[in-house]
Amino acid sequence: MAIIRWLLAALLMTTAMTLATGVLAGGIEVRDFDSPVQKTRYHDLTSSMRCPLCENQAIGDSDAPISGDMRDRVYTLLQDGKSDTEIVNYMVQRFGEYILYNPRLDNRTYLLWGIPVALLLAGALLVVLLVRARRNASVASLSADERARLDELINRKRSP
Amino acid sequence: MKRRLLLFLPLIAFLGLAAFFYYRLGLDPSYRDSALIKRDFPAFSASTLKDPERRVDESLLKGEVTLVNVWGEWCPACKQEMPQLLDLADRGIRMVGVDYRDTREKGQQFLEEFGDPFELNIFDPDGDLGFDLGVYGAPETFLVDADGVIRYHHTGYIAPEDVRDVIVPEVEKWQ
Amino acid sequence: MLTKMIPEIGHFALIIALLMALVQAVVPLAGAATRRPLWMAYGRPMAVGQFVFIGIAYACLTASYMLDDFSVANVANNSNSLLPWYYKFSAVWGNHEGSVLLWSLMLAGWGLMASLCSRNLPRDMVARVIGVLGVIGSGFLLFVLITSNPFSRLLPNVPQDGADLNPLLQDFGLVVHPPMLYMGYVGFSVVFAFAIAALLGGRLDAAWTRWARPWTNIAWAFLTVGIALGSWWAYYELGWGGWWFWDPVENASLLPWLAGTALIHSLAVTEKRGSFKSWTVLLAIATFSLSLMGTFLVRSGVLTSVHAFANDPARGFFILMLLAITVTLSLLLFALRAPKVSHKVGFNWLSRDSLLLINNIVLVIMTVTILLGTLYPLILDALGLGKISVGPPYFNTLFVPLAIVMSLFMGLGPIARWKQMPGRELYSRVWLSGVAALVLGALIPVFYGPEWNAQVMLGMMLALWIVLPLLRDIVVKARSAKTFGRGLKKFSLAHWGMVLGHLGIAVTMVGVAVVSNGNIERSVRMAPGDSAEMAGYTFTMQELTERRGPNYLADTAVIRVERENGSSFMMRPEKRLYLATGTPLTQVALRAGFTRDLYVAMGEDLGDGSWAIRLQYKPLVRWLWLGGLLMAAGGLLAVADKRYRRAPKRRRGVASDTAPSQEASA
Repeated sequence: MAIIRWLLAALLMTTAMTLATGVLAGGIEVRDFDSPVQKTRYHDLTSSMRCPLCENQAIGDSDAPISGDMRDRVYTLLQDGKSDTEIVNYMVQRFGEYILYNPRLDNRTYLLWGIPVALLLAGALLVVLLVRARRNASVASLSADERARLDELINRKRSP
Repeated sequence: MKRRLLLFLPLIAFLGLAAFFYYRLGLDPSYRDSALIKRDFPAFSASTLKDPERRVDESLLKGEVTLVNVWGEWCPACKQEMPQLLDLADRGIRMVGVDYRDTREKGQQFLEEFGDPFELNIFDPDGDLGFDLGVYGAPETFLVDADGVIRYHHTGYIAPEDVRDVIVPEVEKWQ
Repeated sequence: MLTKMIPEIGHFALIIALLMALVQAVVPLAGAATRRPLWMAYGRPMAVGQFVFIGIAYACLTASYMLDDFSVANVANNSNSLLPWYYKFSAVWGNHEGSVLLWSLMLAGWGLMASLCSRNLPRDMVARVIGVLGVIGSGFLLFVLITSNPFSRLLPNVPQDGADLNPLLQDFGLVVHPPMLYMGYVGFSVVFAFAIAALLGGRLDAAWTRWARPWTNIAWAFLTVGIALGSWWAYYELGWGGWWFWDPVENASLLPWLAGTALIHSLAVTEKRGSFKSWTVLLAIATFSLSLMGTFLVRSGVLTSVHAFANDPARGFFILMLLAITVTLSLLLFALRAPKVSHKVGFNWLSRDSLLLINNIVLVIMTVTILLGTLYPLILDALGLGKISVGPPYFNTLFVPLAIVMSLFMGLGPIARWKQMPGRELYSRVWLSGVAALVLGALIPVFYGPEWNAQVMLGMMLALWIVLPLLRDIVVKARSAKTFGRGLKKFSLAHWGMVLGHLGIAVTMVGVAVVSNGNIERSVRMAPGDSAEMAGYTFTMQELTERRGPNYLADTAVIRVERENGSSFMMRPEKRLYLATGTPLTQVALRAGFTRDLYVAMGEDLGDGSWAIRLQYKPLVRWLWLGGLLMAAGGLLAVADKRYRRAPKRRRGVASDTAPSQEASA
């Protein structure tokens, strides 16, 4: 249903806040980096921060002016030698946790990470329990008489 | 018996989900949190729109409850909300504007055409102050108390009802 | 005069279709409950009628688009006289009302096929299946007629021209992606109907799974193609070269796919072994429910900022009611009617049964995890705990390990025997494949590049691990026949379908691993005459031109790309401006290849005669979607198996409790 997403591009015009048009192919800029490492850091940072304005785009991909500002600021902070954590905190201080695509682990998000892990453990447990329960099922489902008849039939079949 | 109960689990889980969806239907999905609440108004140093020689900084916001409105000439909704801002100024509320991403001419042109409810306007052509305020579009309005702490952040257009129902009560709360 | 009436004819046809759907919903179900053959017989003709009349309505809407009838609000909002005819045709489903009408048409179509292809099934079963489909169809037609009528008109002030289709949608992707996707979503309604019919009839033996399997496979194949097309479309349309963003809309399509995959395997187990009967019923209900839920999420405006197909609360509420009623009644029926005592069919630790159990559990965990991640921000917000975002980092961190676990077991599953597999035998079947997977998986990336880090190697190893045991199995079994060719023929189409399906996953996995790690990107400033190099190719901008399209103006960069061996080709990325709406759009230049894509997009006009250009080298990206096509082909191939065409003469009307299938494989 990607069409719905694209349709919002048109509907964005109706929001009360004024914003630049264009939700595509953003972030194509020419920047000079001191090292490949810095380039990778820039790329990782701009693809893991969400544009506060757009419908689900990273600041690295969005055309909105605020995304451009944010990218510029990330670049400047990188040039200033700030660490990734410092840059992220800087942005969150201004725009809120909403802009982090990787939610921080705090009281609110324990379940977010915890439930899948719990499911995995529960799933493993379930497999163990189910297999154990069923392993002897077919054997146990025969009564003594039936067992005897079965053995007889098998032996009869074997004899020439 | 136990198995029968187990079989009811999916139904119960779904009913919870459906109730949650029902609740969400009534909400507005585009409302955003503000990261600035309870924070000090960010430090800045800028000139005013009318007078390039005059410089202001964050001490401007201390001493009185102030409404800081971020606007721009390029922003249609800002033009539409001007009557509400003038109304707020008439009520005696101290208004300070931030001219966000404009040239001086454009900013002054805007005020001449649509009115000027502001005591003064901070000139922010590169959007630096706006960035520190977490502004990502205009208009946005901040309520700053007498100690320079941001208490309320209204993103978007202020409708006449908002003036009455939200802004004025918030201002009074922090007087 | 008649052309002016077309929307009215369409509207009227919809109402008739609704009436027929209502009859289809009520009468056959009542007939099955009271054993009245005449009532049960109402199902088929009503299904035919419903399809015919929705078809007429759909044709009328399409005609309104093709004829530029702007008195129809839907056409005025979504079309334009300058729009090329094939986009007018597709614009019908490029908006909410039209797409729901398409949903209804497809639902009626699947119902029609189900009723026509079930002559060998017990009459009451058929009646119930058609009845359930009638209930769902009625629900959707009511939704269309009450809240989303595509035929509402703008009389008497007919606009001069339409608002035009969103330029992003003016693309081949719109022509293919939604119909394929909807065929998948809607197709799962058939297996859902079978499950409900089985619950209603109290006939929960394995027979219903046998009948439902082909329908499930076909629906799954369509959904696979639909998702692959969506990914491909986003890739070349959006301009940043991404192919999956874990966007809520994308997740909404992936959830029924994961559940559907679990269902396909679960149906196999229940059919072959008669076990996990209740679980399979639950999965069938869940898969279709996830389709409905996806429709709800995507059209109700509940999901933040991703789409607001229908921001109208009335619509959201109606779909929620549809979803709630359907799923609640189904799960209630399940809770009450599913067998209390499960017939415990035994199997051992090492057996296909237990491996498929693991398959299902892993798929369910994936489904729940993605659902959780998608809904979590909404839940937190509803609890007043603030707004957070859950995006690709979260989903990738959880999904990739789960996929790895899945792959490990996928190597074993298809070659394990049912019920019990001696460890030694299993080992003898796979040890060579395992070693080969490790060695080749490590070496191939090193020699063929472009990137050979641990992730690529792991992906390669797992993909080989999935495929090699299957190949070995085929070779060994075929060799035992008189000729190899005849040996190959011994395998049923169902088996080949399974092989293709698993091969598809392996191919996709390799594509994902390689393109995620080997992607090279360069953003450069280019003016006519400038050159840039990337991945052994030299890109030279020859000139910047302007061009006029049918409904847009474009700035085109003419770029010559030279290979290392000296040969060259041209690429022409564009920046377009669509005239009707004034919307800009980046048209990417793509040079597709089996082993790599070259991807060039224009960024900004830098003012001094140069532009910012982004060049990307994307190795093996096509494998992603190729894998999807292989999977879908596998699903369809399995349906062509002759066991589904053969009329089960001895089984007519009677389904025994434990009837394991005769085939040795699949």
